[in-house]
Amino acid sequence: MATTPEDLKYSKTHEWVRVEGSVVTIGITDHAQAELGDITYLDLPEPGRVLQYDGQFGEVESVKAVSELFSPVSGTVTEINSEIVDHTEVVNEDPFGNGWLIKVELSDPSELTQLMTAEDYLKFAEAGAH
Amino acid sequence: MDHEPLIFERSRPGRVGSNLPECDVPRANAEDLLGKENLRGKLPLPEVSELDVVRHFTRLSHRNYSIDTGFYPLGSCTMKYNPRINERTAALPGFASLHPLQPAETAQGALELIYLLQQHLAGICGMYTTTLQPSAGAHGELLSMMMIHAYHADRGDSKRNVVVIPDSAHGTNPASAASCGFKVKGIPSNSRGCTDLDALRAALGDDTAALMLTNPNTVGLFESDIVEICRLVHEAGGLVYCDGANMNAMLGLTRPGDMGFDVMHFNLHKTFSTPHGGGGPGCGAVSVKQLLEPYLPVPTVVKDAESGAYSFDHNRPKSIGKIHSFYGAFLIAVRAYTYIRALGPEGLRAVGENAVINANYVRSQLQDSYDVAYNSPICMHEVVLTASRQKQQSGVRALDISKRLMDYGIHPPTNYFPLIVPEALMIEPTETESKQTIDEFIKVMKQIAIEAVERPELLKGAPHVTPVSRLDETLAVKSLDLRYEPLFEDEG
Amino acid sequence: MQRRGLTNNVAYISNTDTDRQEMLNAIGVDTFNELLAPIPPAIRWSGDLPVPPALDEHSLYRHLSSLASRNANAEQMLCFLGAGIYDHFRPAVVGALSSRGEFATAYTPYQPEMSQGMLQAIYEFQTMICGLTGMDLSNASMYDAATGLAEAALMAVHTTARDEVVVLNNIHPNYREVVKTYLRSASLKYVEVSPEEAVQSLNANTACVLTQSPDFFGCIQPLSDISTAVHAVGGLLVVESDPVALAMLKPPSQYDADVVVGEGQSLGNAMAFGGPLLGFFACKKKFVRSFPGRIVGGTVDLEGRRGYTMTLRTREQDIRREKATSNICTNQSLLALAATIYLSALGKNGLHRAADLSLQKAHYACSELCKLKGVSMIFPDRPFFKEFALRLPVIADVMNQQLLKHGIIGGLSLESYGPDLAYGWLLCVTETKTREDIDALVRAVDDILVKETC
Repeated sequence: MATTPEDLKYSKTHEWVRVEGSVVTIGITDHAQAELGDITYLDLPEPGRVLQYDGQFGEVESVKAVSELFSPVSGTVTEINSEIVDHTEVVNEDPFGNGWLIKVELSDPSELTQLMTAEDYLKFAEAGAH
Repeated sequence: MDHEPLIFERSRPGRVGSNLPECDVPRANAEDLLGKENLRGKLPLPEVSELDVVRHFTRLSHRNYSIDTGFYPLGSCTMKYNPRINERTAALPGFASLHPLQPAETAQGALELIYLLQQHLAGICGMYTTTLQPSAGAHGELLSMMMIHAYHADRGDSKRNVVVIPDSAHGTNPASAASCGFKVKGIPSNSRGCTDLDALRAALGDDTAALMLTNPNTVGLFESDIVEICRLVHEAGGLVYCDGANMNAMLGLTRPGDMGFDVMHFNLHKTFSTPHGGGGPGCGAVSVKQLLEPYLPVPTVVKDAESGAYSFDHNRPKSIGKIHSFYGAFLIAVRAYTYIRALGPEGLRAVGENAVINANYVRSQLQDSYDVAYNSPICMHEVVLTASRQKQQSGVRALDISKRLMDYGIHPPTNYFPLIVPEALMIEPTETESKQTIDEFIKVMKQIAIEAVERPELLKGAPHVTPVSRLDETLAVKSLDLRYEPLFEDEG
Repeated sequence: MQRRGLTNNVAYISNTDTDRQEMLNAIGVDTFNELLAPIPPAIRWSGDLPVPPALDEHSLYRHLSSLASRNANAEQMLCFLGAGIYDHFRPAVVGALSSRGEFATAYTPYQPEMSQGMLQAIYEFQTMICGLTGMDLSNASMYDAATGLAEAALMAVHTTARDEVVVLNNIHPNYREVVKTYLRSASLKYVEVSPEEAVQSLNANTACVLTQSPDFFGCIQPLSDISTAVHAVGGLLVVESDPVALAMLKPPSQYDADVVVGEGQSLGNAMAFGGPLLGFFACKKKFVRSFPGRIVGGTVDLEGRRGYTMTLRTREQDIRREKATSNICTNQSLLALAATIYLSALGKNGLHRAADLSLQKAHYACSELCKLKGVSMIFPDRPFFKEFALRLPVIADVMNQQLLKHGIIGGLSLESYGPDLAYGWLLCVTETKTREDIDALVRAVDDILVKETC
């Protein structure tokens, strides 16, 4: 498996969170993009939408699969990555960097403690792989 | 094989491909008849000769695999031989050139055929009566969900809004239930690949509208607990729906109605040998027990006890309504009726027997080269293999094995279904294939298993001999090309 | 009675008794019954299924011929029925090519490398439907026009997030009934109005307006005002239309229709007692992620060669299950293929000519019939294409009964379609009717009227 940055937090539904003050950046992991294959479409929420912890916030599609995106935090969407909407291959190529999906203003920072470390996520992802 | 251009690319201005009559009535100006504001300008269609048409579509046909071309072991699709007599009877002008709205007394033969086929199908599956109106299996599922909804509503039992569906089901099952506003509750399969009775018990309750079950299930296994399953659902107040996609396994051997199912759909284009037509048309006839009869779609075909005359009955107050422009796919019904009359009871049973023998033979011969899903010792009409071993050994996937089969001139099995079997290869030989053909297939599958170890790249790059190799499906989605644009370029 | 061994050979089953025995041996069982072990004995079927005994092929053909001979059909009689199913000319090439086993006995093209023929034909079909309707994209076809309309309504409901569907009452009554069934089962609102009431019936809950032109009575409907009005409230305009009429009529895109559906039976397919049929479904590009059914797209293979494949598959039921845009997993490929062959053979000029001949002959028939005493048009102010509604001085069912004796299948009696349609008779004339045929109809009607009204 490719890099799994140490400074991020991870959800069981394969999203990652980068914490920078009260605003967090959310994306999908390298493991998730590899499982999906070539991503062809992203359905992302409008800025201003209020997300619930573990609630669905969008969809990511490849040629033959659809995955729902679940928010690893509660809060309000402040920005979406408009660069990738027409260049979905960036999510495959750089999932932890330029392939980020949305930024969210946290409403309950304590939820971050429920997320996994990189090490735990790696174990989790490997156990789940067939 | 050479590239075949699009028919539009063969077009030349002024070329004509049909002989239409001269106008033999007094001509009026179209503008005066229709109003200038209602008339169109350009009509973007090709201009080709009749010979162009014949060559183009004949060449396209050469680029298409079919049952007539070769073995088609596509699991769950029952690609059996399509008898030619069916085509001959369906082409009789008394059937093909019949208008659906002509008076019933001028269509007695057609109505009698519908009436008889409805009876025969009900007898074959152990139900009370049948409607032929659904145009496809999924249409039959949708109709069944509508009738189950109407049944509960009619009894004032309006809280039943959940349909229970095993995780091995066809995707149409949950989609059809959801289309009717039902909530879908999935239940897992047990370690034998069948319905888990404890999970079923836990899922049932006073909100259960129905269970949708495929039997034999999509792993090709007969649900041995079926009587108990139906009893549990009925005890909870729900109805039991049988997805009849796999009816070929049961013909003359066992009947869903006797197992306890209340309603089922047939795929006449699978079990009863009508051609699949490259995706359709089909017919998803639905048979019901008496308790659902009042809800059947209108019109029904009835026979007058005294005169023996057939007619349509539109006046059925509890009917769910109409689901088709007219009465369903009549010419498909003609073919299925022809097939049933060609086989008779003995022949229908022979279908079930040979379908089961052929599939078990494939299983017995391939179980060393591949793993059999759930290690099942006996399957019904199809066997599900998994390429997990190959994937682990050399990274060769079910898809690669499928594509490699094409190089040997064989259509691949269904792959990646059912979803509960990783790297699934679902093989349904059908009863019409001979031991000889199946032996050839077995030989090729064994050869591919060896290639998977020794020359995995050969499989990953397959197919090598088809008119095109693997297609860029990502490009097809990301750069949509859904019509021939040059045809529209000079449009205003 | 205990069943003895395996059933005897039949022509469609290739195995011999020896084959079966060898296979049973290889499987490792002594008898076939051991393979039935998973089926509990209580539910095994041991008798004969309740169907009649088998017929040899010759007797079978005679039996089916005898059933067919009890149906009066358009090859032996003059058929002036329309109302959704039309007796248009079908060139011989259509049947000859579409019945080829390579097409007819193929499955859905899930394996594109082995299905390029059908995939390319469907791509051509989609292009031609776009050409006729003026829409940006067409799917690979639907069951029939009625379910096409219902699916269009459901798509409008999903994309607008509204729950009310306005249905004009001049749409074919069967289509309206099907739409009603679909909407009822999804707990959506069905609002039926006359074309005059349409604009005022629209509101912020309107997902779409369903319309038909030419309508059930054959009349061309002005839809521009409804189009403007429904778009003003944020709903969609859905138009059902006749593909042959569209050879002459302004494509619905020109009055800003969002979805165009229709019945493609006329395009080279048999009347077939109303089935199988060929629904078509075309729409604006903005619905590319929400339209129902299959679609074929062009792409390239590993060597860069052009090829075709089913695409946008993630909308469909086998991937999205209960969240699919529709439960449909079939299309009418073989009928779509026939339509593509038909539209190729007739081509730009031929289709226009077939349409114009239908138009001319229908108008000739209408004017000749209206010369008869007591016969008049029900909608004299509306332009019509190949169908027209007349009022007769006798009940149309009586007229039809009498016409059968003249070798004529008359028009549709409108008696049961509404109180204002009493004595109504809906006739259709296509290019398949000669002037002689039409004159024979007029003479027969005249004779019958003289007898019946005396």
